[in-house]
Amino acid sequence: MGWQLIRAYTLLVYLFMFLPVAVVVLLSFNASQFGSFPMTGFSFRWFVELAGNDAILRAFQTSIILGALTALISTTLGVLASLALVRYEVPGRNLISTLLIAPILVPEVVLAVALLLFLNFLSINKSFFLLLMGHVIFTLPFVILVVQARLVGIRRDYEEAALSLGASPVQAFFQITLPLLAPAVFAGMLFAFTISFDDITGTLFWKPGGVETVPTQIFAMLRNSISPEINALGTVMIFLTVGLPLIGLAIARRMAMQRGS
Amino acid sequence: MSVEAREKRQPWILLSPALTAVGLLLFVPLVFIVVYSFWLRTATGADQAGFYLDNWNEALTDPFYRDILLGTLRIAAITTIACAVMGYPAAYFIARSRGNKALLLLLLMLPFWISYIIRTMSWINILGVSGAVNWALLNLGIVSEPVQMLYNEPTVILGLVHFLLPFMVLNVYVALEGIDVSLEDAACSLGSTRWQAFREVTLPLSLPGLAAGGLLCFVLSAGTYITPLVLGGPTDAMFANLVFEAIITQLNWPLGSALSLMLLAVLGTLVLIYNHYLGMGQLMKGLG
Repeated sequence: MGWQLIRAYTLLVYLFMFLPVAVVVLLSFNASQFGSFPMTGFSFRWFVELAGNDAILRAFQTSIILGALTALISTTLGVLASLALVRYEVPGRNLISTLLIAPILVPEVVLAVALLLFLNFLSINKSFFLLLMGHVIFTLPFVILVVQARLVGIRRDYEEAALSLGASPVQAFFQITLPLLAPAVFAGMLFAFTISFDDITGTLFWKPGGVETVPTQIFAMLRNSISPEINALGTVMIFLTVGLPLIGLAIARRMAMQRGS
Repeated sequence: MSVEAREKRQPWILLSPALTAVGLLLFVPLVFIVVYSFWLRTATGADQAGFYLDNWNEALTDPFYRDILLGTLRIAAITTIACAVMGYPAAYFIARSRGNKALLLLLLMLPFWISYIIRTMSWINILGVSGAVNWALLNLGIVSEPVQMLYNEPTVILGLVHFLLPFMVLNVYVALEGIDVSLEDAACSLGSTRWQAFREVTLPLSLPGLAAGGLLCFVLSAGTYITPLVLGGPTDAMFANLVFEAIITQLNWPLGSALSLMLLAVLGTLVLIYNHYLGMGQLMKGLG
């Protein structure tokens, strides 16, 4: 009896989490002129309109470039740091871990203000560079957490075998360690990209005038009114941020399984 | 160089890029805004370097800032409690379910990937004047005019709970997973009821997870900036909105620095208290 109650309660909690999002997807296919209830028919018109909206296409371009660069830099820094923390006896390991995780513990608004004002003091104005630095610093802790969790499971024997068979450390790294690390690197990059792609608070502080990422573009559009175009954009975003990682996850699992067999 | 010395140096070489980044992009800027908060923005718009207490005086004594800070903490507290009440039973169900646990967990992770702004604005489709609820009410004849249910403090809290609930569920789940199920069975076989066994064995053991989830929900909601703008009314500004106003709209950077540091001090104190009693381990488990 009690268990049934908890089950029903959990179902309600899941509905609460997903129903509003499902409504976004549903309404994005609504043929009605105002894009609100009731559904008057099924149509792709809002997606067609979306594809013709230059501001949104530019925002997508900015978000993708920004996310890719963030993922590249953040993952490089994160993988190196994780290697050090997992593979070596580092004095003060806990303190170092806490320092590297600190960007998560500082409220994003505070981080955004500090970085903006400091770089401005150094005569670096609001720019794509500032935006990139900001995204790197707050994705780094997540990358380190994810990569570290994966690294713990990779044994060192293969690397040592390569070294004892005469490979140089650089050779051993690129030919043995890196391929073994690939799933961890991949997961880190995906995570960094997703977080960067979704960020809005920091981005609003750092972005130069006239540059919009997808979330800030949606935010700007919301200030006017909720149009069906926003629902269509939401649907595209949901597909990109949920569909793509799920595909990525499947590929990563496959790679790991092939290696295991 | 000896092999041993190289072994010693290698980790530092690997760590240096990340540590440099965190140092230059987080810690030095934080120290910088501490200094900056004592400068003065003059009428001409230039900054006067020095040691002035004016910004701190304004930030700490103006009832306007104090009220919004207290309001922000109240909203964060209600959000955290709501997340705990909604999230705990769900986490318990997932942890003890014999069914498709992997699917339930995957579904729980999905919201992390769905854009925050999309999830926030999705409530406009539900509660807005032309949203689902009003459409239903109109068709059922319960109301004759659409009711405006949005743009007030409860909808801000609703949006925050919707955003933060997965953090809570995940943290509680991780804690519950670590508890041996047979403990509850043992309590039952010794004569306690299911509910007693839960209350006296499982609940206390899962408190670290609840605390970790609670800390995340509180800190993230207290620092929120977008939700009140999308789902709140003109009087529902939270503290982060004041910071944005000061920095971006008024361009009063020294005052904005002081306000940011106030928020950091309040939330940082909470994190330190948490760290003192429970350590960062539980939090990292939930995030990883």
